Amino acid sequence: MNETVLKKRKFQMTMLFLGVIVLTYLSAWVTDYGFVSSLEAVPGAMLWMASNLLVNGEALGKLPDIMEKLLETVFMSIAATTIAAALSLFLAIMGSKTTMVNRAFGAVSRFVASLSRNIPVVAWSLILLLSFGQNSVTGFLALFVGTVGFLTRAFIETIDEAALGSVEALRATGATYWQIVSKAVVPQGLPQMVSWVLFMIETNIRSATLVGILTGTGIGYMFDMYYKTMNYEVVALITITIVLAVILIELLSTRIRKVIL
Amino acid sequence: MQQITQQPSVIRHTRAGKINIRSGNRVSIVLRATLWTLGALTVLAFFFFDYTGFRPLQAIPETLYNLKAMFLEPKLSHFGWGEAAMQVAITLGLGALATVFGAVFAFFLALGAAENLSVPWLSKSIRVVVAFVRAVPTVLWVLIFAIAAGLGSEAAVLGMLFHSVAYLVKAFSEAFEEVDPKILEALRSTGAGWWQTVVHGVLPSTFTYLLSWTFLRFEINFSVAVAMGAAAGAGGIGFELFMASGFYFDLREVGMITYMILAVAIVLEVFSTRLKSRVYSAD
Repeated sequence: MNETVLKKRKFQMTMLFLGVIVLTYLSAWVTDYGFVSSLEAVPGAMLWMASNLLVNGEALGKLPDIMEKLLETVFMSIAATTIAAALSLFLAIMGSKTTMVNRAFGAVSRFVASLSRNIPVVAWSLILLLSFGQNSVTGFLALFVGTVGFLTRAFIETIDEAALGSVEALRATGATYWQIVSKAVVPQGLPQMVSWVLFMIETNIRSATLVGILTGTGIGYMFDMYYKTMNYEVVALITITIVLAVILIELLSTRIRKVIL
Repeated sequence: MQQITQQPSVIRHTRAGKINIRSGNRVSIVLRATLWTLGALTVLAFFFFDYTGFRPLQAIPETLYNLKAMFLEPKLSHFGWGEAAMQVAITLGLGALATVFGAVFAFFLALGAAENLSVPWLSKSIRVVVAFVRAVPTVLWVLIFAIAAGLGSEAAVLGMLFHSVAYLVKAFSEAFEEVDPKILEALRSTGAGWWQTVVHGVLPSTFTYLLSWTFLRFEINFSVAVAMGAAAGAGGIGFELFMASGFYFDLREVGMITYMILAVAIVLEVFSTRLKSRVYSAD
């Protein structure tokens, strides 16, 4: 490294930091965000949480109801993720450059994935709510659609990373397309894919809360109901049960990941 | 010459006498068990659903009709283009604020959480707190802050900040832990203090990673900000989306708003993918 390279790098860094500072001020101006008032709000908010978000006996009486809704939400996320994974596997095999049947299929599958991934889950749930009504299926479909896009991108990357050498080897032995896919691509990518699926289940339980608030289903709806009636003891209990469920699933998937990867 | 013999216990045969190539493989057992469990839970899930008012025969054609109206005849009716651009800017602004502040906080916390730069008790306790914060859905943080700090962009940014920090601490600390120990050792042996090792050793070798993770988080925070507008009244394009679908039932406006969100999201994704590939090709 000589002096000019160092100088150039220093200049780039200065420009980057200046850019970020300008961007921050611009964002604060557009959103009407007060730096000082937000700093002041933090201690008050912490105090409020410590004094209001306390579980009491009355709230504990709601636990069976909460557990039922939580279970519904967990099941919703698992079902949406698993079924989305099956479709994503198909789309990824079509979309990956290593295993693509032809360019048209590849482009179509990547386009579908990009559309489903980049339209936020919120938009999907509001769109589906209009015709499917207020029930679990709406939440399930909203999660499903968002998951397909994400998992397809992840699976395509997995296939491209894992399968290149073995696809070539199998092709050289005269294996057919389906033999290549079922004997090389899927088995080699499977551990990584399962790991993505587990990650997505965790994410989807959190998103399911959001989707639930919007579509009036599951634990999210329950949270919204008690939140709006200012019953903060139950709100606290619901939050704790969600946290426990997410952490439990995270621990479980970490253990599975340790074995399979 | 030593004869090569297979341990008899390693090879297991099936009843027909073939070598069973799968037995004893813990990986494949766990893998299969996971897949079967997920499959079974998925089937089970459909018995737990609440099907109130679900009429698939009516809903599917209706959805198709709605989708057609949304995506083929999009139109803004309750606000103009200038207002729409302003709302998108607000959503981007909320995302940017949460990301920038999140990255700054996460940088310092990640230094504490990285095992090679910190002491075990500190790194353990930061990890536990971060895991807890990450487990609470963002929308709950925003809603809780909305009561505690009052509605407005402050509550939204603070709520989003919690999750961004938790996410980035995990990513950053993993990047820090991958710094070549030789670099740290070389710096320490010259008598460099802790801050000097961070500034001259850790930061230069991880900076591009940190940048790419931060931008990825910005991409996520944009869609989170849309969600917060819709679900927590944080304003921006998400709120307009919620109003268009929940109050006016204006499908064409929903379509137009969705197109705008989609356009921004795709631009962000392309940019983030480019940044990522530049980081990896620089290695």
